[in-house]
Amino acid sequence: MKFLKLVISNFRRKIIRTVLTILSILVAFILFAYLAAIRQSLSQGIDVAGADRLVVRHKVSIIQMLPGSYEADIEQIPGVADATFSNWFGGIYQEPKNFFPQFAVNPEEYLAMYPEFLLSDEEKEAWFSTRTGAVIGRNTAERFGWEVGDKVPIQGTAWTRKGGQRTWDFDIVGIYDGAEQGTDTTQFLFQYAYFDEARSFGRGLVGWYIVRVDDPDDAVRIATAIDDTFANSPAETKAETEGAFVQGFADQIGNIGAIIQAILVMVFFTILLVAGNTMAQSVRERTGELAVLKAVGFTGSHVLVMVLLEAMAIAGVGGFLGLGVGWLMISRGDPTGGLLPIFFLPTKDIIMGVICVIALGLVTGFLPALQAGRLRIADALREL
Amino acid sequence: MFNWVSQIFALVQFNLRTIWQRKGSSAAALFGIAGVVAVLVGVLSIAQGFSAVMNASGKPDTALILRSGADTEMMSGLSRETTRIIADTEGIARSTEGALASAELFVIIDLPKRSTGTDANVPLRGVEPMAFSVRSDVNIIQGRPFEWGRNEVIVGSGAVREFEGLELGRRIPVGKEEWTVVGIFEANGGISESEIWTDASVLQPAFRRGNSFQAVYVKIETPESFQDFKDRLTTDPRLNVKVIRQDDYYADQSTAITGLITGLGTLIAGLMGIGAVFGALNTMYSAVSSRTREIATLHALGFGNGPIVISVMVEALVLALIGGAIGAGLAYVAFDGFRAATMNWQSFSQVAFAFDVTPGLLGRGIFYAAMIGLLGGLFPAIRAARMPVAAALREG
Repeated sequence: MKFLKLVISNFRRKIIRTVLTILSILVAFILFAYLAAIRQSLSQGIDVAGADRLVVRHKVSIIQMLPGSYEADIEQIPGVADATFSNWFGGIYQEPKNFFPQFAVNPEEYLAMYPEFLLSDEEKEAWFSTRTGAVIGRNTAERFGWEVGDKVPIQGTAWTRKGGQRTWDFDIVGIYDGAEQGTDTTQFLFQYAYFDEARSFGRGLVGWYIVRVDDPDDAVRIATAIDDTFANSPAETKAETEGAFVQGFADQIGNIGAIIQAILVMVFFTILLVAGNTMAQSVRERTGELAVLKAVGFTGSHVLVMVLLEAMAIAGVGGFLGLGVGWLMISRGDPTGGLLPIFFLPTKDIIMGVICVIALGLVTGFLPALQAGRLRIADALREL
Repeated sequence: MFNWVSQIFALVQFNLRTIWQRKGSSAAALFGIAGVVAVLVGVLSIAQGFSAVMNASGKPDTALILRSGADTEMMSGLSRETTRIIADTEGIARSTEGALASAELFVIIDLPKRSTGTDANVPLRGVEPMAFSVRSDVNIIQGRPFEWGRNEVIVGSGAVREFEGLELGRRIPVGKEEWTVVGIFEANGGISESEIWTDASVLQPAFRRGNSFQAVYVKIETPESFQDFKDRLTTDPRLNVKVIRQDDYYADQSTAITGLITGLGTLIAGLMGIGAVFGALNTMYSAVSSRTREIATLHALGFGNGPIVISVMVEALVLALIGGAIGAGLAYVAFDGFRAATMNWQSFSQVAFAFDVTPGLLGRGIFYAAMIGLLGGLFPAIRAARMPVAAALREG
């Protein structure tokens, strides 16, 4: 108890410095939180990709479409549990900057393929039975303030309707939540039947297939089997695991993402170095006082623990506050206005942050504490 | 007045000469500020480099025509008949061979990216003969132009650098065919350098586009005649198109990515700036407090508050400017000219570019450093001036 008093009185000794040091650490950990969220965002949810799912796309590039008949062929392949398709729509809501992904899908099959999209039974029923019905992710619903029952007009960019109209009207019949923290809740999903019947060209074609395999360990063999099935046909395919597909997509950003992350790591450690230096310095300045403490009967380990406690307290207050503030700021959404669809602070990074806070306290406190503990009273007092 | 100025000079000199004695804490502040400036300049140089490519791509006398409602070439679609009507429209510049109009296809092809080894969306453009007159800045630097009607391509210098298998003489598999790279071209640093070009009539069957196109590029008679030309096309009852100046089109295409990078960069640099201000405050407070007695002596000798405040702020400013210069220099060495390619989500295709540390960015970084220094110096300076003489002399 008397320890605590001493530690606190040391903080008050140079209150401004203590506060400034805490604030620097706080800023460093806000940056740490953003680093984690940005990294998560740039990887676009690789962590949540289904291990038992494959993505099958046109071999030349994803913008080339595949025949709708492939679904039945794929389902014939041994080891394939289920297959469904998706179709990129690329429409605009009011303005191009209001971007969110829209897909024309088979509702029953798609929801069966992605059990992490959570909808109530009533919402599912409504979607299955409403031709112009669409379900949207929570993130997009909140962004535009949409509710079930709203009518939403989307301007087709690539897809026009027969007769040339560009406006597609949809009825919002459900809002899905993600089963996991990293599930993409920005998607806008609507009935392929409505889309295929009304579009002016490309009937019967789909964008890509998603395939569920019985055994994830068998995924690579099945991917090869799928590609072999369509080899030498007019539309050859490239099948790969969902993880590899998402990774490949994220990698298209290239080393820019890596560079930004490297910069953030540098920044984080620079700030910690500066703060740590200040903390160590404040112990060194007190050599005399610590010697007096020892002279009046405090043992070496007493002094060591006291100095360490002080460092841990500064690191703890700054670090935990920083993580908290960072978390709050990140929960308010991404700083770019919708360009990073998945933007949150993953739990594993919060744990990592806590470890960093403790490590900071230990590292910055340990050396000065050791010195203080070993301090020889006579030497230190002579220096005064 | 003269006395005041000479007091400032004396104090500033005194302060600067003693920086070395406080090298530990001064270095910490300097280091922090250098870091902030390096990061600010470095991150913004990415956005700068990207928009430099986009800005080099457009000319005010070149326009492109898309289907109405399409906001990118990839989304657009135009029939052969439509492109003919467009090419016949009055207002397009002409050469001896005819109107300077090129109907084009714009698709992507999966090729591995060198930096990651994974497939990337490399833009592939099918052009008509007039394309080289419409974009006069395209010139072959290696090899020869492709021959019309044959499975041959020419590749932009940026694409050769960033993607695998595009060197002269290599073959690109496209469906069941293989196309040979016969030439490499430059385009004045513009976005075409990220693209692969071939004959549109070769690309159409390979990508099952029938006899359709996606965009028409035209050179208009003068930049001023754009509006008339646009009105002529948009009021033509046979057409349902939109007409955009090429420079506006590319400026538009780069908004998302430059916004993303600038947004992140500003956020990071802003937070770091706050951190650096704390660091500078710490340094300057300890600088002032270690000199408590000297400052009190100065007061006792009759130095005014103004010169004392200014001298502390100048010290902080000098530290910040040195830090800023180091940071800007680091950013220049590390980032200027660094080549990369990234996905432009608006065009859904890759763009090759080089980071660009401009003098403007360097100036901005150093200005930022100066602001940090001034903020970090202000409060400690005020404290120095307010110190009561008697108490301060007794201290220590």
